[in-house]
Amino acid sequence: MKLTGSQIFVEVLVEQGVDTLFGYPGGAILNLYDELYKNSDRIRHVLTAHEQGASHAADGYARATGRTGVVLATSGPGATNLVTGIATAYMDSVPMVAFTGNVATSMLGKDSFQEAYIEGITMPITKHNYTVRRVEDLADTMRAAFRIAQSGRKGPVLVDIPKDITAATCEFTPKAPELIRTVTCYDEDDVLRAAELINAAERPLIYFGGGVCSAAGCQPLRDLLEKADIPATYTLMAAGVLSYGEPRNLGMLGMHGCYAANKAIDEADLVIAVGTRFSDRVALKPETFARRAKIIQIDIDPSELGKNVAVDLSLTGDASYILQAVLPHIRPTEHTAWRTQIAAWQKNDYKPTDSDTELKPHQIIREICRQAGPDAVYVTDVGQHQMWAAQYLQHTKSRGFLTSGGLGTMGFGYGAAIGAQMALGPDARVVMLTGDGSFHMNLNEGCTAVSYGLPIITVIFNNQVLGMVRQWQTTFYGKRYSDTDPQRRTDFVKLAEGFGAKGYRAATPAEFKAAFADAMQQRGPSWIDCRIGKDEKVLPMIPGGGDVNDIIMK
Amino acid sequence: MTTSPNESARRVITLLVANENGVLARVASLFCRRGFNIDSLTVSATNDPAISRITVTLNGDEQALSQLILQTDRLEVTRQVFELDPDKCLQRELLLLKVACTSRNRAELREISSIYKAKIIDLSPDSMVFELTGKPDKIDAFLTMFDGYNILELCRTGVTAMERGGKHPHLQKPKQEVRAVQLPRQDKR
Repeated sequence: MKLTGSQIFVEVLVEQGVDTLFGYPGGAILNLYDELYKNSDRIRHVLTAHEQGASHAADGYARATGRTGVVLATSGPGATNLVTGIATAYMDSVPMVAFTGNVATSMLGKDSFQEAYIEGITMPITKHNYTVRRVEDLADTMRAAFRIAQSGRKGPVLVDIPKDITAATCEFTPKAPELIRTVTCYDEDDVLRAAELINAAERPLIYFGGGVCSAAGCQPLRDLLEKADIPATYTLMAAGVLSYGEPRNLGMLGMHGCYAANKAIDEADLVIAVGTRFSDRVALKPETFARRAKIIQIDIDPSELGKNVAVDLSLTGDASYILQAVLPHIRPTEHTAWRTQIAAWQKNDYKPTDSDTELKPHQIIREICRQAGPDAVYVTDVGQHQMWAAQYLQHTKSRGFLTSGGLGTMGFGYGAAIGAQMALGPDARVVMLTGDGSFHMNLNEGCTAVSYGLPIITVIFNNQVLGMVRQWQTTFYGKRYSDTDPQRRTDFVKLAEGFGAKGYRAATPAEFKAAFADAMQQRGPSWIDCRIGKDEKVLPMIPGGGDVNDIIMK
Repeated sequence: MTTSPNESARRVITLLVANENGVLARVASLFCRRGFNIDSLTVSATNDPAISRITVTLNGDEQALSQLILQTDRLEVTRQVFELDPDKCLQRELLLLKVACTSRNRAELREISSIYKAKIIDLSPDSMVFELTGKPDKIDAFLTMFDGYNILELCRTGVTAMERGGKHPHLQKPKQEVRAVQLPRQDKR
């Protein structure tokens, strides 16, 4: 069967099970868009306001489902606008394939109109990338991209397609998609040693991260902490693997984690680190992190083993398979004294105070959870609101909290919320939590949510300042508020209406409750502008390079 | 055979990579962004046309070395990566050296070169070019002999290396098992 490059492009997407892609057209990919037009019944294309929004949408789609997110952009500025989105996906190991158009192969390297060497630009922020130089290579290159994105430690892959390749023809042979590859080999002796260490421990603690969500399943982890009675703490990327209120769930660890979780890692005699990389937001002071403990690290990526913190035993492989292998060797036990000790620390943990008249971040979030329920998917931007969301949301499922962890991308949220809502359908409840700083970065995607009738509820934690940076300036820079008080006069209600969305303003808990209830009834997007105090802080906080002894509680 | 302390601190790593466009850029970009301080890097094709061989030398501790190996192994283009055993490792480097000379000092320069078994591959009225192959410290030693002379140009290829004896028991990438996709239904709209 002889097909053009554009026809092959669509055929391979369908073959790989892609039902939705996010993107923005342009000169170099006109041929591809023409083919998408003819195949709109097989593949849905979602047009965003900006390529960055499309890249975050593909990322949100992938985070919400575990499937590969796909984004499409034209050459030059279209391609460079994807960079932040690709880097965000890379840092959080999200499976994504980005396709970019480029100028014709004969024009490559000549500074042609809208030419950018996107392969070189994205080399450090992709698992791998390609420029397709022959139409005969297109199909297999696309297949390889999808395979790489989902294999081992997941991540983004970019395929750059020059314009003449999309017009050239060649023979096309359909193929069934390859199954996902994962590392399932592990050393039997290491598994036994891990089990011995766990059985011998008196104060064991599990510390897990996003790798658990990417693994074949989360259940073995839950089984382990039940069978061996091990309390567990998690990083930002793994919120939701353990449900809110579960007795062994200590909450989040790290810079803005709970006091009890940070104290427990300091006092534990065994730490089992699963799918996590001891980042500088968790192991703030690598030399003293878990200093009394033997550390077992389980990760699919061997280069993470012992990278930041030296470990005593490391196992390479899919966390799900390794824990499954460890489980039969575990003696059922109870760590009553240890659990009692942790419960005492929890009593001394930071507790925010309620208010009837003012809007308090934790009260807003409590109300959101009450109304949106356990099945909702929560998306955040980056900053104070993100940490409040991580701390106070009552997480119940492993793909229910979408946030930019590693790269910390302000402006991530709205695109990601669009991707999640597109993936889960209009009946799913997607709530996006943002700050006025982050929201100003990419609120242009409001028009996309309106066009596609997405009932995303955006809750803006509006403190009129760039709160997280301001908090650091308050604590560490003598209250010199350099460029964190922008004096913006944005009227988010009018702005929402301008986009064709619904806008609300709330200044008290009662107003917020009513606004959110009304937003739940809307068929399209709505924004709730919540006025909170500019001196609200994210607490507790361990300063960078510190440990639990340096924790700030007020 | 004794090895000088300088040589024993130098670690030699061999990468077998896909012989494709841009592979060197990928490897170099990785070294740069991870902050690996490498001393030399050589690349060449091999008897297998699909594979290129890169030899990297660095002075670093165990942690730096293992990170370099593990990070390089993550690259899609990497087939194999391993450290060469310093006791079995053969290292060679090529030097080309152009020195200004006159009819008066030609003889002494020729004496140096014959002691080091360097070849004179060009002789012009005002200059000579030496070619020397050997271990890096032999080249270093040879160069110290030219302190008093006017060196016009100098280039070294960097170290290329392999182990004595049979084929190297290469590091194997972990076996990857294929499993069925456990993902939500695709037709959910």
